[in-house]
Parts: sequence; C-alpha cells; structure tokens
Amino acid sequence: MSVKYSNEHEWIRVEGDVGTVGISPYAQEQLGDVVFVDVPQAGRKVTKGESVAVVESVKAASDIYSPAAGEVIEANAALAETPGDVNADPMGKGWFFKLRLGNPADLDGLMDQAAYDAFVKSLS
Amino acid sequence: MDRSQGRTGGIVSDGASAAPATFTGNKALQIEEPLIFEMGQPGRCGVDLPEPPKVKDRLNGLRRTGEIGLPGLSEPQVVQHYTRLSQKNYAIDMGVYPLGSCTMKHNPRINEKVARLPGIGDLHPLQPVSTVQGALALIDALAHWLKTLTGMPAVAMSPAAGAHGEMCGMMAIAAALEAKGERAERKIVLAPESAHGTNPATAAALGFIVKPIPANDRGRVDLAALKAALGPEVAAIMLTNPNTCGLFESEIIEISQAVHEAGAYFYCDGANFNAIVGRVRPGDLGVDCMHINLHKTFSTPHGGGGPGAGPVVLSAALAPYAPYPWIVKNGDTWSVAEDGSTVDGTPLGRLKAFHGQMGMFTRALAYIMSHGADGLKQVAEDAVLSANYVMAALKDVMTPAFEGPCMHEALFDDGFLKDTGVSTLDFAKAMIDEGYHPMTMYFPLVVHGAMLVEPTESQAKEDLDLFIGALRSLAERAKSGTAAEDFKAAPRFAPRRRLDETLAARKPVLRWRPSNSFKQAAE
Repeated sequence: MSVKYSNEHEWIRVEGDVGTVGISPYAQEQLGDVVFVDVPQAGRKVTKGESVAVVESVKAASDIYSPAAGEVIEANAALAETPGDVNADPMGKGWFFKLRLGNPADLDGLMDQAAYDAFVKSLS
Repeated sequence: MDRSQGRTGGIVSDGASAAPATFTGNKALQIEEPLIFEMGQPGRCGVDLPEPPKVKDRLNGLRRTGEIGLPGLSEPQVVQHYTRLSQKNYAIDMGVYPLGSCTMKHNPRINEKVARLPGIGDLHPLQPVSTVQGALALIDALAHWLKTLTGMPAVAMSPAAGAHGEMCGMMAIAAALEAKGERAERKIVLAPESAHGTNPATAAALGFIVKPIPANDRGRVDLAALKAALGPEVAAIMLTNPNTCGLFESEIIEISQAVHEAGAYFYCDGANFNAIVGRVRPGDLGVDCMHINLHKTFSTPHGGGGPGAGPVVLSAALAPYAPYPWIVKNGDTWSVAEDGSTVDGTPLGRLKAFHGQMGMFTRALAYIMSHGADGLKQVAEDAVLSANYVMAALKDVMTPAFEGPCMHEALFDDGFLKDTGVSTLDFAKAMIDEGYHPMTMYFPLVVHGAMLVEPTESQAKEDLDLFIGALRSLAERAKSGTAAEDFKAAPRFAPRRRLDETLAARKPVLRWRPSNSFKQAAE
C-alpha cells in the first residue's frame, strides 16, 4: 500500500487495482473550513487530470482532478453531511472517491511522500 | 419571543466597553432590530380597508381559511423598522467602498433625476412603438456611445448583467462555430487564472470544456503556455483586461493574434473597463466580443439600488448572431426588430423580455453625456491614479502581489502578515472597526491571501489619505506581533461580532420560521 501525490495536492492510496483519492493536509489547510464537497457518481469513467469533484470552503471553490484514469467505484457519501471531515482527517475519513485503476502507469508521474513534502516546503 | 432565530451571532460583551448593558439592548444609535415577522400584533393594520363586497365564491374549495402569517404593523412601525435597517447598511454614499473588481463608484444624482423624468420613468414596455420614439432613440444613442468607446461595430443591449452578457457573447461564438461546422470539434474554452471567476462558469454552462492557462510571475497570461494550448479543439479564450490582478495584459495583441490564427474567438470580460474607458478601444486589440457592466464603468446602481445591465459589443464576425431585439431607424421613425420577419442574419434568439434594462440605459447615458468623451477619459485616468496612490502609500507596510504600477486596483498578498498570527480575514474584519467596508479578499486565487483594493475615481484625496492611514495603522499593529488576539476579536464595534461563516455555509438557515410562542399569539 503506497500513497502518492499530484502537484494539484490530491493523494491516491493504492490497494490492488483500487485507488482511494482525497486532498492533502496542506490543501485542506490552504482552503480553510470546507463547507461543501461534490463527489463523482459510481460508474463514471474518468481520465487522468480530469476535473471530477469540487470542494468549497469559506474562501474558495476548487476543482479536484483525478490523479489517474479509471472507473469510479465508490464515492464518500458521508461528506455531504460532514464536509468538515476533509479538514479533520484529510487522509482518512475525508477521502473523496475510490477508483478502479485503468492504467497503473498513471501513478508513475506522481510524487511519493518525500518528494511531496519537499514540494510543499518549496511553496511556503 | 425568540429573537435569535436565523442569526449566527449575538451581542458579545467586549473588554473595550466597560459600560453596563442597556435596558433595551441598544447602544445609542446601534439599535437591536428584530425581524419584521417578530414585530407587531396580529390584527394590527396600517390602513383601513373597506369590507370586501359580497361575491359568489368561485374558488372551488381552495379559499384560504387559516392565518396568512403576515405581521400586524402600523405604518410608523414599518417606516421606523426599515429606516433603522437602512442605517446598519454600509453604502457607497457613506464612504470609501474599496471592493476590488466591483467598481463601487459614486452614482451621480443627475442620473437619478433623468431616470425619474415622467417621459422616461412612466413608460411601459408594451406601449405602442409610436409613443416611445424618444426611448428608442435613447437606447440607440447609448448603443452608439458603447460602440464608439469600444471601437466595435455592433452591440447587443438586452443582457441583464455581466454574467448574462458573458453568456450572450459565448452563445454568439457558439453560433458562429456552428455556422462554420466547427461546433462539435471546438469544445475547449481557455480561461487564464487571472480571468474573472464567472468566465469558466459561463463556458461550462454552455457545454464547453474549460482549460485554465497559468499566469506568469508578472501576473499576466503566460503567452507560451497559451500558444501551447491553442489548437483545432479550441473555441475561444475568455480573458479579462485589465485582469483581476489589476494589471494590463501587455501582450494582448500577441494573444489576440495567436487566438485568431488558431481559428478561435477572443472573448474579453469588460468588467474592468473603468480602467481604460476613453483610453483604449478593445476593438483595436482584436476583441471579438466584450460585455460592459453599466453598473460598474457607467455608474448605474449595484445591488439593492437597481438591476445590473451588461450590453455586449460584437465584432463584424459575430454581429450576425446578436440576439433580439435591436433598434432600427427608418427615416425619422424608430422601430424595434424583434423577430425573423424583420431582420437579416441569424440571431441567436432572445435573452430577455422587452428591451433590456431601460432604467439603467437612461442612467448610463446620463453619466456618459454629463462626462463627455474627455470626462470619461479622465475617469479612467483618475481611477488608475487613485489605485496607484493607494499602492504607493502602502507598499512599505503591506506586500504588493506584483512589482510595478497597477491599473484601477491595487493587489496585495498576505506576505506582510506572515508569522504574525493575523490572517487576511482578520485584517478585513479589523477594517470594519475602522469604519470601512473591507476590500475583496482571497480573490484572485492566484495570489496567497489576496487583498484587492479598488478605490475608484470617486474619492477625494483626503478621504483616501484617511483610508490609507487606517490600513497603515492596522498593518503596523499586525506586524508588531502582539495584536493577534485583538485582530481575532474584530470586529468589536459592529452591530454583530465575528460571524461563524463555516456554520452559516454548512447549516444555512435560509428563512424565518415562526416559533411556537409566535404561532400561539397569532391564533
């Protein structure tokens, strides 16, 4: 099981051929209190880099891009009621959707934890 | 009676005022005002209505039998209620209103006087055309000014606001692509990061795929990235100039040439036209269409003062798709082209009932004619001068987002607040205590903790100096490193303290509902 990050601050945790996607602790901190999350429907086929979800905070609305291609198999329906999970537990309860990966090679261009930490450090 | 319903804040005692609470809860002229539904007594009425005549009930059992639920109030109660509410409002008639990107300029009183002339104010849109010749001439005169000021051959007058104008312009582009047989292929609209937020929303609403173009380190469109993104799939670019960083897109000619060479159209968002009116004609820059917010550049009221208006100027390539209606002159007679039997071309239909925002047309034309061409040029110059004055006076204590002079708005980032414990939001709330409406904050998104200040040309130098003094004082206090708690507690002197924006967004209370005690009282 490994976690990888995109430069748009999405993370993807891969188990077998399924990836779980969310936004990073840095991203939720930058957004501020999340008040609304729009997640994709199960069954939707997405491409890498496609805008698939929306997260709204008190400051801004942002698109969430899929870090890999595949088919959405489950969305985190609980976020409709408790969008604050994205702030409280961005890497856990605040996940957005699960994806059956279409092309595992998509993951190659993403950052590992160390590379992402360095990337975030370069932004501040 | 429960008077807290639907409100996120309450009166919080603050350390600054050690005075005891008053019996009424009022603080002198700061009146604790209930909602109108929480006031009055059932059955009280401001007017004597005659008994209704006896008529046969034809409502077939649908006649209301229960309470209607309206508050019972006398006329003075209603007048006092709304007057007290109006005194809580901050408005352009009260002082500096530096809300960036909104052009909150003074609305001259001559505009209102002209709009209330009986020959204009009392018109009805369904009057016979022969009785409204002057009104049609007025619309045509405004259209002429807008075309002249933008250097564009055609204008669609009916769109009701900026975003409606964007939709009109993008529909014209879609229609032009359709006519060329390219609509299916050209499905991408490019939107620079420095464009207005409504631009991608408009493109998406019309079924286009939005692709962002990054800004360069000068806050302008990255020309190389734009050229790389252009191709046979691109329908148009939607670009704001001056952009939301308050900067002129200095490579706009190259941008427009590259867009046209790729077979795409150039939509320019005219929301910031106030910075260049009388100085730059968008038509000379290769723009294909641009909306003009009459409620910004041409001083018609925003919000509660009246509707917006967003006429769209169109290039020769897009003019045939302009929506109905428009004004036609035959000899000495004006008429309105409203359907296919009276027009050539292939208009994209009708975007709005009647002729557009007539009241706003009147005010905008009054503004234009009272300023004249030279006066409008000075408007742009003074707006840019004011913004640069603010920028120059604050740049040593705040952090300008980009180097060099700005156009009509000064953009700061939150660099000067780093490690102070004070955020952009706290800074904005502290401005309320100083008696100012905060500037636009956290927008544009490309700048961290953005603060976008647009003073407009309306303010006297001494009023700008006082505003600058207030911001300097706040910035210095924030940077002292000891005032973070004070900033977190702001606003201290407003009728309500810091509202819980998160709770308001997550659990919105959108309407008042009677409490049980109210319902019992009504029965």
